[in-house]
Formats: sequence, structure tokens, C-alpha cells
Amino acid sequence: MNNKTTIPFGPQHPVLPEPLHLKLVMEDEKVVEATPAIGYVHRGLEKLAEVKDFNQNVFLVERICGICSVMHAQCYVQGIEAMMNIEIPERAKYLRVIWAELHRIHSHMLWLGLLADAFGFESLFMQCWRDREKIMDIMEETAGARVVISINAVGGTRRDLTSEQMAKIVRVVDEIAADMKVLEGALLNDYTVKHRLVGIGTLTKEEAYALGAVGPMARASGVAQDLRTMGYAAYKDLDFQMVVEKDGDSWARTAVRFKEVLECIRLIKAAISKIPAGAEYCVPVKGNPTGEVISRVEQPRGEVLYYIKGNGTKNLDRLRVRTPTFANIPTLLKMIPGSHLADVPVLLLTIDPCISCTER
Amino acid sequence: MFDFLGNVLKNVVSKPATRMYPAEKRQPMKNTRGALGEIDINTCIFCGLCARRCPSNAISVSKTDRSWELNRLKCVICNVCVEVCPVKCLHMDEAHLAGLFTREKVRRIGPAKPAPAKKAE
Repeated sequence: MNNKTTIPFGPQHPVLPEPLHLKLVMEDEKVVEATPAIGYVHRGLEKLAEVKDFNQNVFLVERICGICSVMHAQCYVQGIEAMMNIEIPERAKYLRVIWAELHRIHSHMLWLGLLADAFGFESLFMQCWRDREKIMDIMEETAGARVVISINAVGGTRRDLTSEQMAKIVRVVDEIAADMKVLEGALLNDYTVKHRLVGIGTLTKEEAYALGAVGPMARASGVAQDLRTMGYAAYKDLDFQMVVEKDGDSWARTAVRFKEVLECIRLIKAAISKIPAGAEYCVPVKGNPTGEVISRVEQPRGEVLYYIKGNGTKNLDRLRVRTPTFANIPTLLKMIPGSHLADVPVLLLTIDPCISCTER
Repeated sequence: MFDFLGNVLKNVVSKPATRMYPAEKRQPMKNTRGALGEIDINTCIFCGLCARRCPSNAISVSKTDRSWELNRLKCVICNVCVEVCPVKCLHMDEAHLAGLFTREKVRRIGPAKPAPAKKAE
């Protein structure tokens, strides 16, 4: 009996507002084949980067994606600084870590909420987003905007944190840590939630490695890979502990992101306690970048890679971005065949897709 | 069971987490980048630095016409123009703008003679 049906999943679908199209070939309730199609939000940002000057590009790369904007800019400025041999002030390195980790918390809280929403747990979704709102308020208070906060600049950061602001950040992240204890009961230990996550979309360590998974996808399958261990910015002084799970299923991926929020909170508090005093947080930049460089940073979704080529003028020759979602789509295609249609939204979400990153 | 009861009581007596938005607006925070404020055109020297540094090419400046023009629909409110202005004639407002309904640009023409403006500095 060959009773195959093809269902178009997306580009507009109930899971997330980003346009990922999956062509699902179904046999009754089971998916036997999934073909992805992307390209609905391509904006030509890489080409645009060649006509803007290298300082303006910081604002451009931030707009590749809202929820990892800080890390996009951080990756870009670190690349330019490496090309131009700029030594940024120590304080700026710590400031970058604080803002980047706050951003990671907000991204993971957003994802945890969306996951709850994907399996229909509306109130959990709202609880996660309520805590996220506290981070957004900190962002607005310290950096001047909620999402695209524009604090990275070539040579350091654009704003400094006062000691009162840092005290407030510590107070708020402590509040979030307390709330996370309550959320843990629902997100990781609840019987019903576990039914939707445990054993769904299992990816072995070998598969994750072979398919080139990055970020929480790889770490949930036991591949210990996190660029923060390389110690860029101030991470080398903060005793970063990687979060790794072994199961490789949807529950493990939720657990990795959940525990990473707690690790972010620890990193923020460590950075605030160790931040060197001093007024200098940005150095003036002279000249133009020449040569080529590859810059890598750990985003909430995994490793982002920037290839930057300068030619001695204020414009760049080439800016190439490899975003984490692009690396994680093959794992999605490995996980979906064999699963039920009702699990596809959850599986799609567990790779934490950011399509506007992928297509730029 | 007691957890549950505690939550119910807490939710009955506590204030709502949300705000009745259009009726009740939150005050903007200090140093928020809300919208690019009105230019002080009498101080402006029309050097065009803001236009050259603007990442989204939202500003155009003409020295001959002594005009300064802002396309609000292009502006990404990044504060760069305010930071680079040599005479500090630009500033950032903390309050956000309401939606725009026209594509009309903000156009300001400076006073005719350049000499008095320099003297005033």
C-alpha cells in the first residue's frame, strides 16, 4: 500500500514567524521525507557590506538577526580589530561579555517560551517571556535600546556601565535565577512536558559530529564544543563551564539551553566582580583594514563565522557570514524522517532556527 | 497542593504583570535612543559629517543650500550622528515617535549668512 501525501509546512506556519519551508512527504501520520526550502527573506546584506564603510558595517551586521545582534557585531569587530592589530581596553572586553551574556539569556528565554508555545503550554510561554522582559529592560536602561542595542564598536564599546547599573544587573539576574528554579519544575521535570520531549528527535554524538551540528544542538548530543572555551574577549578569566548533555533528544537540547541561562548568570556575576576599574572603554581607530581574517564567536544558536577581507580602503572587499542555523539544518533533516507530524513543530524549534540569519 | 493554593492567592492579590498599553504608557528610560530630536539649525555648520557617517544614509546635507534633511523612515536611531557632530547641534530624544503616515522628509534650512553663525560660536 503506497499512500503518500505531501504536505507543505511553511513558509507561514504556526511554530515561529520565520519563513522556513519544509516539504513533508507523509505516510499516514509518519513523515518519511523532508525537503527544506529557504530563500524567502534574503536581503543581500553581504553585498551591501561592500559599499558601506567598515565602521558603518557594525550597524549593518547587527541587523542580520535581532536575537543574536550583539554577538554578530562582536564577531565582526573582533575580526576587524584582529586585522588592524587594535588592542582594546580590558574593561571593554568585560563589558562585551556582560552584554553578550545578557543577550544570550534573552535569546534562550525567548526560545524556552517558544518551545512551550509549540507544544501548547501557553502559561509557561508567558512565564518565560515575563523573565525575559526584565533583561530587555536592563538592555534599554544600559544600552538605550531593547533588542538591537548597538554597543559594540571597532576599538571597544560605545557605552560604559556605571556601578549602580552593574549592581542592578546583579540584582535582576539573581531574581531570574530564582525564577528559573520554579521554571525548572515545569520545563525539565514535568510529566506532560517530558512526554513531548524525551526520546523525540534523538541525534547520536556521531551523527551530530558528522552532520556538522554546532552550539546547543551539538552539546546536547555530547559533542563538547563551545567557542567560549577558546577565551575570546574576557572569557579566559571567567572560568567558563561548558554545559553538555548526552541524550541528544529534544529534552537534552532544552536542558542545555536551560542550564546555559544559569551559566550566563554566573558569567555575568563573575564579569561584574572582576571588571577592571577605569574610564577607558574605547580606543580611537586610525587607518583602514587590510588583509583577510576569519573571526568566530559563540552565539546562542552556536558558532558564527565571519570571513572579512579588507583592501586598505574604508570599504571591505568581501564579508562572508556562516551562521549557526545553516549548520544545523542538516541535523533537522536527519531528525524529521520517522517522526510524527505533530512532533515536527517541536523538532523544528529544537534547532532554534533563525532563518533571517541563514539567508541574510 | 499548598504550592497551588499559594499561587492562587498570590495571583488574586498581586497586580497584573502587564500594562493597559494605549491608555497607560511607560515612561521612557533615561538615555534611551527614542528618536533623533529636532536639529538646532542655527548652530549647524553644514559640514556633512553626520551624513557621511550615517550607516543607513538617512541624512543628507547640502552646504550650498544650507539645508539638512532627514529621512525618518531610513533612520535606524543608532546615535552615530549625535556622537560625531562637531558642534553638538543634534540630540537624541528619549521618547519614541508614533508611527509615520507620510514619506515626507524632515528638511531644515539654516540662516542665510555663514559668518554670524561662526561668530556666535
